[in-house]
Amino acid sequence: MRERQTFTLREGRAHLPADNMHYRPLNELVHAAVARGATHLRVSGVNGQRYLADGLRGDLALEIEGVPGNDLAAFMDGPSVEVFGNAQDGIGNTMNSGLVVVHGSAGDVIGYGMRGGTILIRDHAGYRVGIHMKEYAGSRPTIVVGGRAGAFLGEYMAGGLIVVLGLGAGDRPLVGDFCGTGMHGGTIAVRGRLEEAHVSPHVRVSEATDEDRALLAPQLEAYAERFEVPLALLEDERYWMLRPASNRPYGNKYAI
Amino acid sequence: MTTYTPLRSYLPPRFRVYRDDARCIRCRACETQCSFGAQRYDEEDDLLLADDGQCVGCHRCEALCPTRALRIEPNPSAYRENANWTSRDIRNLNRQAETGGVLLSGMGNDRPYPIYWDHLLLDASQVTNPSIDPLREPMELRTYLGSKPDRLEFADGRLATALEPQLMLEMPVMFSAISYGAINLNVCKALAMAASQMGIRWNTGEGGLHEDLYRYGQSAIVQVASGRFGVHLDYLETASAIEIKIGQGAKPGIGGHLPGEKVNEAVSATRMIPVGSDALSPAPQHDIYSIEDLRLLIFALKEATRYTKPVSVKIAAVHNCAAIASGIARAGADIIAIDGFRGGTGAAPTMIRDNVGIPIEFALAAVDSRLREEGIRNRVSLVVGGGIRCSADVVKAIALGADACYLATAALIAIGCTLCQQCPTGKCAWGIATNDPLLARRINPEVAAERLVNLLTGWEMEIKEMLGGMGINAIESLRGNRLRLRAIGLTDRELDILGVLPAGQ
Repeated sequence: MRERQTFTLREGRAHLPADNMHYRPLNELVHAAVARGATHLRVSGVNGQRYLADGLRGDLALEIEGVPGNDLAAFMDGPSVEVFGNAQDGIGNTMNSGLVVVHGSAGDVIGYGMRGGTILIRDHAGYRVGIHMKEYAGSRPTIVVGGRAGAFLGEYMAGGLIVVLGLGAGDRPLVGDFCGTGMHGGTIAVRGRLEEAHVSPHVRVSEATDEDRALLAPQLEAYAERFEVPLALLEDERYWMLRPASNRPYGNKYAI
Repeated sequence: MTTYTPLRSYLPPRFRVYRDDARCIRCRACETQCSFGAQRYDEEDDLLLADDGQCVGCHRCEALCPTRALRIEPNPSAYRENANWTSRDIRNLNRQAETGGVLLSGMGNDRPYPIYWDHLLLDASQVTNPSIDPLREPMELRTYLGSKPDRLEFADGRLATALEPQLMLEMPVMFSAISYGAINLNVCKALAMAASQMGIRWNTGEGGLHEDLYRYGQSAIVQVASGRFGVHLDYLETASAIEIKIGQGAKPGIGGHLPGEKVNEAVSATRMIPVGSDALSPAPQHDIYSIEDLRLLIFALKEATRYTKPVSVKIAAVHNCAAIASGIARAGADIIAIDGFRGGTGAAPTMIRDNVGIPIEFALAAVDSRLREEGIRNRVSLVVGGGIRCSADVVKAIALGADACYLATAALIAIGCTLCQQCPTGKCAWGIATNDPLLARRINPEVAAERLVNLLTGWEMEIKEMLGGMGINAIESLRGNRLRLRAIGLTDRELDILGVLPAGQ
């Protein structure tokens, strides 16, 4: 494993070969490149290195070639990160703002406690996506999953928007069990079909209204444009909107 | 949070308000001070009347009555004596029959479980190894929290080993986590000011860091808990250390619900959630289901702050905490905070508060022993809390193996709390566990900070006296030195776990 590596920097564009580096020196290299004025960073040969763009802020763009490790863009505030490959667990953990695009599938616990920004996943996502996402002031976090999502989608969700498009899902359910358990804010939209057995009793399901479709339109356009999918394919379908049955799911639980 | 009570209550009042009418000057201070509606002025008869049923026994009116005309006492009207079915049980059964709710309480476990600190006695020097007088000789209480290297290397007479970041404390005590929201900003400010003046640390809890408190950031430990409230880069960067909250002594295994009523404009801005929405902290952090997952978050935080500050992991004292602590140390934490079952809270289900967890004394002894056996004790500092009542408890904890102690209940008592346990109602008449602006004004941050500084100054002198008495001039020399403790009234098994000899041996 190589400990030290350098990067090339020209007119704000840096290239960082990550080949076989440990995450710690690699992330140091990212910080060093940013400190020297890089605003476009291409990190190539990524193979499971964790914490890329963790705690990174500012108007930066990262391109990641390969499969980044866990906690990509954790605590991130501002940058946009594009992954050319699959991604692992914990993307956008407690992220404040910015954009993450994954040209592939992503693992578990995506967007945990996310407060702002957007995560676009071209294919499928694992379990526990969007847990405790919350919105605040002008920030409204969004996760779009192109394929299907695993169990516990939107658990404890307090705000923001999750869209599941179900592309390439075949006969499999688009969301897993316990979808929206403890949900007390925000919206989950599921395209096409939804099996009631998967949805938590804390959630109220309705078919998308025109107003809902207006809410979804920018997300669908972003997905279609980014992943080169015909917009009509996304639009010409029913959407199921999942919203909390109460914003105080545990309001009358106590005797004082 | 108050629950609508549709059913009639048959419970007698818990307290009686006795008023000496000859002394009462009708100033109506009691009426103003009582936030629970137990005192009322009747204009027609020019009388102050008490509704005993509303009285919570907080003694605010009694303390503020200028003529000392008031006395609050437990209601002598008791049910027929019954050793099995106590008044407490009957009261709880009725409250649930009336509401159908989960019993909720504030502050810590109040049940008569044994207090092991009171079974431990400290050593002192006689003739040999003479005692030291702290009034004329230097006495070192300074404590560094953080991971220590396995070995030190020197080159050209200078330290060559790179050290992990450390927290420097002027005494081995810190204020434990209490979140903004559970307490108001005036109380947070008082804790922050006192900590900063005394060279110790205060802990934000999971309520975020109010913008007015950023200037005390270098005295703050900021928490990252399951709700991730108010956690963002500025928050992490401002602090002197970060604490991942896994559990709390008052409610091990349970999350937290800050009711929407308490989420006002300022709490909302600090927690970064909408006004009036419930702040729900799930019981587990849903990105942590294993020690490996915990390691992931520890290093995510270290990466986000570029390895500049220690990361602590706080757990509740539970049966297998020694094994858990070993995992936490191996996961890369710099500090492990263990909270015993007497730890306080703004709200916890009563059954959990009173029946879950173990005493901090046992947890500390077990964790310290385990980490020593595994040869990794140096990798982490141990901070213990949950029922530390006095400086002697601190000294005993250090001798049992702690690096420092966390205080919260003791600190709140120092600024007025009388342990009436009404925190979840948000009506705290002492102005502590409330966000009502009129009630919160009852805490003047400067005055409260002075009381806290006084408390710590007193403890500091007492700790030095106790150390001096043992012939020790640095707290380091006492750390984990269990030979300086003797036990009284404990079984062999308890002695084994505590690693302490019985008195007389």
